[in-house]
Amino acid sequence: MTVLTPERAASVPAPAGSGAPARGRRGRGRAGLVLVAPFALLLTATVLVPIGYALYLSLFTDRLSGLGFSGPTQAFVALGNYAGVLTDSAFHASLGNVALFVVVHIPIMLGLALLLALLIDSAVVRLRRLWSLAVFLPYAVPTVITGLIWAYLYSPGSGLTALLPIDPLGKTGILPSIVNIATWQWVGYNMIIFYTALQAVPRDVLEAARADGAGGFRTAWSVKVPMIRPTMFVALVFTVIGSLQLFTEPLVLRGFTGSVTSTWSPSLYVYEAAFIANDYGRAAAASVLLALVSALLSALVMRLSNRRSR
Amino acid sequence: MTQSPVGSRWTSRTVVHVLLVLAALYAVLPLVWLVTSATKSVGDFSTTGAFEFGQFNLGANLSALFTQENGVFLAWIRNSLLYAGLGAVLGSFICAACGYAIAKLDFPGRRALFAVTLAGVLVPTTALALPLYLLASQLHVVGTFWAVFVPLLTNPFGVYLARVYAEAAVPGEVLEAARTDGAGELRTFFTIGLPMMRPGLVTIFLFQFVGIWNNFFLPLVMLTDPKLFPMSLGLYQWSTRVTQFPQYNPLVITGSLLAVLPLAAAFVLLHRQWRSGLAAGSVK
Repeated sequence: MTVLTPERAASVPAPAGSGAPARGRRGRGRAGLVLVAPFALLLTATVLVPIGYALYLSLFTDRLSGLGFSGPTQAFVALGNYAGVLTDSAFHASLGNVALFVVVHIPIMLGLALLLALLIDSAVVRLRRLWSLAVFLPYAVPTVITGLIWAYLYSPGSGLTALLPIDPLGKTGILPSIVNIATWQWVGYNMIIFYTALQAVPRDVLEAARADGAGGFRTAWSVKVPMIRPTMFVALVFTVIGSLQLFTEPLVLRGFTGSVTSTWSPSLYVYEAAFIANDYGRAAAASVLLALVSALLSALVMRLSNRRSR
Repeated sequence: MTQSPVGSRWTSRTVVHVLLVLAALYAVLPLVWLVTSATKSVGDFSTTGAFEFGQFNLGANLSALFTQENGVFLAWIRNSLLYAGLGAVLGSFICAACGYAIAKLDFPGRRALFAVTLAGVLVPTTALALPLYLLASQLHVVGTFWAVFVPLLTNPFGVYLARVYAEAAVPGEVLEAARTDGAGELRTFFTIGLPMMRPGLVTIFLFQFVGIWNNFFLPLVMLTDPKLFPMSLGLYQWSTRVTQFPQYNPLVITGSLLAVLPLAAAFVLLHRQWRSGLAAGSVK
């Protein structure tokens, strides 16, 4: 433990030489290592090692040898699991579902969040705090419970189903239903992020726009939105990553309808492969692919954001 | 253009408020449904409308909820509070120490650590569930409190936020002054840095609390003993029985209401604090 004790170098009056500042810096370095150690350990143990382990697992498959008395043995299959996942029609279907979800959910949710943030930020609004808190409230609801509330509302007899043109738990209705659940949950959170960014827009810029004769709508669209574009791209990255992990909402709905298959989304596919089929190699390969797609899409969005801001 | 300025101002004000009322109704009505449904008996639940009150049955629902399976729901509340409360206190403290060190101290590997942390923000947690489960089973901790608690302490985004707060709230001159006064680096962090970062830490705490409170995948994968479940997993398990056993409906709904109330109250009460913390984090 003595090694970890920071040096109190600065307490020694500098003897007009080079020794004291160097020791001070070294003390700072040691203190820095002590302070980051807990997080660095956690990050290694719960993120880096699992990623490495998933990569390793994805290259093997369990084979039962002989009569199976000796338990399964691991056999190296190189990229065999990846080939298996990539040619699995269930995996294709899950990717298709989540792609459709992303394409519908993200523009609606972020568009609505931006619209509401601009409305609350507009000069004419009263009771700002009331609106922002009300719309934000669903964020505080655990996703399982969000799923349960909407599952009940989607069920026949809730009164809501009579108002809808399609059965929200039916084959075609299920995707819009899941989009609605996720939108309900996240629109307020993103609205608050956008609203706080809008409040940082310098007031003199808005004054200047008004002096030039720009109305509220014009100011919002041509002055405010461009200024919070970096925030919007960050929100977009987080929403893309979150959407690719879509798991809880479809799993909860599975209890209420047969329209959601056990491999409906990629995360459900991983869950099914790992914990129901106990095919760890296939599940690991699917996990790695999911992380790869997520990384590629985030990189793409960031690239786009850099190009825009240039 | 043809409208008088006063007229167009009045209509736009009306339109803006109508839109906000609609958005607020969309957000709040499902929660109103949760409240009205929690007061209904099994019979009224299927015979009365979604938003109307039936016979007031909340007391009976609550007592059924807390006596079901020998009061396991109470254990779920306790577990959720332990996972989220303890996890968020410890987690935000770990984030603060790391963020402060990255912002204010020079140490080998500082840039690399920050780069890996940022990459960690982007890793989908569902992709980590399987390897975490297998690693935990090799350590023989699957099915224990720790298998859920420890992975949820890791909060890379919290470290990012803490770094932003430390840079904004802790002036370098103050640290220099402490150093010339002879305070050690660790003591400086605890007595000067940490208190100055407090408003930002409330935000990290609150959002990590919500993250753990709402987490579902990890407990689902790691736990089998209902006594260790957090509320989300327990209520999910009950919900898978409702189609066969309708008597679970009031349990699931009343339990859901109890799981929502504390967080909603915390967000409303701590409104100013998390908003300012979020502003400081998101603008940078």
